[in-house]
Amino acid sequence: MLSLEAINKNYGTVVANRDASLTVATGEIHGVVGENGAGKTTLMRIAAGELRPDSGRVMLDDRDVTGWSVTGAIAAGVGMVHQHFMLVPTLTVTENMILGREPVFLDRRRASQAVRDLSESTGLAVDPDAKVSDLSVGEAQRVEILKALYRGATLLILDEPTAVLSPPEVDDLWKVLRALRDQGSTVILITHKLDEVMAIADAVTVMRGGQTVGQFKTSDVTSADLALAMVGRELAEFFTPAARVSNGAPVLEVDNLVVGHEVDGVSFTVAPGEIFGIAGVEGNGQHELIEAIAGYAKVTSGSIRRGGTPIERLSVRRRGELGIAHIPDDRQRRGLVLDYTVAENLILGRERSFGRVRLDRMKMAIEAQRLITAFDIRPHDPRRLARTLSGGNQQKVVVAREMGGIRDFHLLLAAQPTRGVDIGAIETIHAHFRLARSEGRSVVLVSSDLSELLALADRIAVMLRGRFVAVVDRADASAEVIGRYMAGAAA
Amino acid sequence: MGLIFQIIRIATPYLFAAAGGTIAERSGIVSLGLEGYMLTGACAAAFGSYYGGTVWSGILWGALGGTTLAAIHAIATIRFRADQIVSGIAVNILAVGTTRFALRVAFGSSSNSPRVPGGASGVLEIGGLLSIVFVALILDTTRFGLRLRAVGEHPEAATTVGISVNRIRAIAVLASGALAGLGGTFLALDQHQFSDEMTAGRGFIALAAVIFGRWQPFRVGAACLLFAAAEALEINLQGTSAIPSQFVAMIPYVLTIVALAGIVGRSVPPAALGKSGH
Amino acid sequence: MKALFPVLVGALVALVVGDLLILGVGQSPAEVYRLLLEGTWGNPYGFAQVLYKATTLTFTGLAVALALRAGLFNIGAEAQLALGGFAASVMGLALPAGVPAPLAIIACIVAAAMGGAVGGAVPGALNAWFGANEVITTILLNFVVLFFLNWVVTAHLHVAETVHTPAFTNGTVPRLSAVIPAFRGSAANATVLLAIVAAVVTGWFVFRTRYGYELRAVGLSPDAAEAAGIVLPRVRVATFTLAGALAGMGGTNFVLGYKHYYEDGFTGGAGLIGIAVALAGRAHPIGIMLAALAFATLSQGGLAIHALVPKQMADILQGVVILAIAIASRART
Repeated sequence: MLSLEAINKNYGTVVANRDASLTVATGEIHGVVGENGAGKTTLMRIAAGELRPDSGRVMLDDRDVTGWSVTGAIAAGVGMVHQHFMLVPTLTVTENMILGREPVFLDRRRASQAVRDLSESTGLAVDPDAKVSDLSVGEAQRVEILKALYRGATLLILDEPTAVLSPPEVDDLWKVLRALRDQGSTVILITHKLDEVMAIADAVTVMRGGQTVGQFKTSDVTSADLALAMVGRELAEFFTPAARVSNGAPVLEVDNLVVGHEVDGVSFTVAPGEIFGIAGVEGNGQHELIEAIAGYAKVTSGSIRRGGTPIERLSVRRRGELGIAHIPDDRQRRGLVLDYTVAENLILGRERSFGRVRLDRMKMAIEAQRLITAFDIRPHDPRRLARTLSGGNQQKVVVAREMGGIRDFHLLLAAQPTRGVDIGAIETIHAHFRLARSEGRSVVLVSSDLSELLALADRIAVMLRGRFVAVVDRADASAEVIGRYMAGAAA
Repeated sequence: MGLIFQIIRIATPYLFAAAGGTIAERSGIVSLGLEGYMLTGACAAAFGSYYGGTVWSGILWGALGGTTLAAIHAIATIRFRADQIVSGIAVNILAVGTTRFALRVAFGSSSNSPRVPGGASGVLEIGGLLSIVFVALILDTTRFGLRLRAVGEHPEAATTVGISVNRIRAIAVLASGALAGLGGTFLALDQHQFSDEMTAGRGFIALAAVIFGRWQPFRVGAACLLFAAAEALEINLQGTSAIPSQFVAMIPYVLTIVALAGIVGRSVPPAALGKSGH
Repeated sequence: MKALFPVLVGALVALVVGDLLILGVGQSPAEVYRLLLEGTWGNPYGFAQVLYKATTLTFTGLAVALALRAGLFNIGAEAQLALGGFAASVMGLALPAGVPAPLAIIACIVAAAMGGAVGGAVPGALNAWFGANEVITTILLNFVVLFFLNWVVTAHLHVAETVHTPAFTNGTVPRLSAVIPAFRGSAANATVLLAIVAAVVTGWFVFRTRYGYELRAVGLSPDAAEAAGIVLPRVRVATFTLAGALAGMGGTNFVLGYKHYYEDGFTGGAGLIGIAVALAGRAHPIGIMLAALAFATLSQGGLAIHALVPKQMADILQGVVILAIAIASRART
């Protein structure tokens, strides 16, 4: 039996786990659910010995194993299968399996045979001599699970295992997990997919904002209950309907857009003066959808039209000139040059307006001062390096540039604009979204924060596995309704 | 045929250094310092042979010399996470300076040493060819080789199974130093002296062979032989050929550039090459 | 300043290692350093020689630093320098006799810049459009270019019994000794002014223009730069070409100001030392000029202390300094 008691874990100022506790009985399949950023992976990595908690205890069968190492965990039979596979692509399945515990002189045939035997006894079909880079995702995952079992794992932790599997592969996985449970192993499943948890798990723990908010037997609850627990919070803001929903020509028309494997035929239009929300757990294609509209993901097929003109082939800069602004979901990588000052970041992408050859520093300074004041960027010093600002203020720099900067916009693509941002900054950013709407501008708001969408959006689309499974008017939307769509269940 | 022996003779320093470079780069550490290791090895070999009196002390010291310089690169890049490219360049400059200094202090000349006993006829040539085979065997059949390959492709995965990435890389770099040092040893003993900058860029040709051979030992060996053959051709045709010697000398470099530009198939290095830390 | 920490460490390590080497050959460090300073900054001829060497190093340092600011390693300054010097000499030979001197000089400088630019454009294009690692391609091209130039000179353009081209008269740059008699005998020439101008202009370009802004963004955060609409390959090729041009202009020091011909091997490693100069100078024009002076002093000083300590000590110190700076730069993060 594994139990975690009052675990706290911080990364600098970010609270990953707060007073989190959970108990897993031996021989059960236990689901750990929550939104992205809820702290599930961190908590389980602590259990598996990859991270040390700042405080709290980890107990395995009445033995205190807090802060143990990966090697210790493996020796005790606890193995973790990560979301991002830890397999060396250029090596074969067998080589990956024996890595770290190889016989002195590699006897390929003997090792291969051992892998084959294990594969058969567990029902996880793999070809021992195949190169990992040739495997399908489902096969690679089987190898990862076999790796853990090969090292004697009796408690398996799987992190978002079905994120990359097709439905038939998911069924195969369930068969394997049930077989393992029947043989006496324990399985912990980290996931955000409620329907799956209800289908396979015996018990489930819900996490939200770094805390564990409840532990239930799956026979006692419905997925709707879980959705509410995952997502429900007091709505701090009230929805203010748009002053007028303009019936002018659409600002954006997306028609059957396909982007690689991630976006599988998405169509929608955005009216002027509208906030169009896109809900959904991250990883369902929202990121690629926004990147395609913004201009740096290649469109496989379908069209994107801005004011009637197709823009799929236009450069990022050109789309900016057509009035499209973009708040990327990764501010530190995509949104800011961290080693530039605040003033320099405030003109990023618009530097041509500040000088054809020589940069007009005076103009830059004025602009910086204006934006710092309007968006309350703290500290009020344009010469600070962006790196030194807090997450919320960094985001305000990006928002200020895109929304208030020298280049006007008609359509703002906002991807997770308030993630990792403090309450005060959230209010500022939301206020500016509302202001933009009242001025007749439009926003496409992608967010995994349901309360944000419910507070701001006029319509909410739910994206799941690359498609819109619903588009709901605000009047008809509620946390339960959206939550159910997000979870993959019909309303 | 005499031509074949000639080619092997010319190829020997390349084979040694390229074998070393292959093993170091497969573990993820950029090997710009091969030239320096080779030069240091040549100098140390000359000194070893001169003061020790025998060829064998020359060979021993040659390997040690290369290893020592490689150790500096290893400490800088693995322990201190210094940029691998800058460190490689620094190490090469260090080699030139140190060997010149040693020449000056020991023999009073800034360009050559006196004649030293040498000519370990055949041993080192065979050694060069064997070093390629040796590296191939290690990478493919031993436990160490498996771990090394993992470390060079996906150090994070290696760490999660308890492998010490740093230790493996350090061993690989030291080995590359020893092997390249032996390449330099051959040069010095073959010419019975050490002269200033006598490696004349052979270390870079060896690196070019590693890249051209896509970091696979036998292909790398073939590349070395190919480059050596071009050189042999140039020597034999000197004065008679329409192609100026400088253009023949360019061949290894141009071939590698073409390979890098992907014109001849995609050249995919070990995934973790050049990234210090994991 | 935080940025100076690695340089200070490098200087400190150099001093320590220098002391050890000096003691190792049985001399007194104090005595040797005194002699070194006397032979360089202590007498007019020595000082002029330092200026001369620092001029070339400034150009190669700028060439490496500019590329560094865009996130690229330019190891090819040696070849770019040679190409520039060669182009300048060819232009000098090709100019008709009647061309007025200022025009001739400008023509030669432009030729040098263009020669170097070619040497930068090739690896730049290979990197930007083919994804070829610029470190390896520049090292390889160094050899290719040097072989090529060697062939051109020895096969077609050389003066008998030498490895240099014929001398030209139109387009030469006066020696400093023409204005400052105390510098008589030194190779120092008016190109030093060109170096200062180049440093100032490059600094202005990188820190004060829109192009420099985009260049630095590409070097610091390529993802953010791309998201902002900056076209990465274009910036990279342009930067490398400019860097090559800078190194090429360095060739005018020897060719226009000193010997009035191109000589095989005149570069003497200045391209490689340029890397040390760029690192020690923190890729900043003022720092580069100071670093160039420092390394030039080391080189010239080595000659001055020749009787006491082998001048090769300077070579060792160069390598040691680069290594120390490389380690110190990372140790902070």
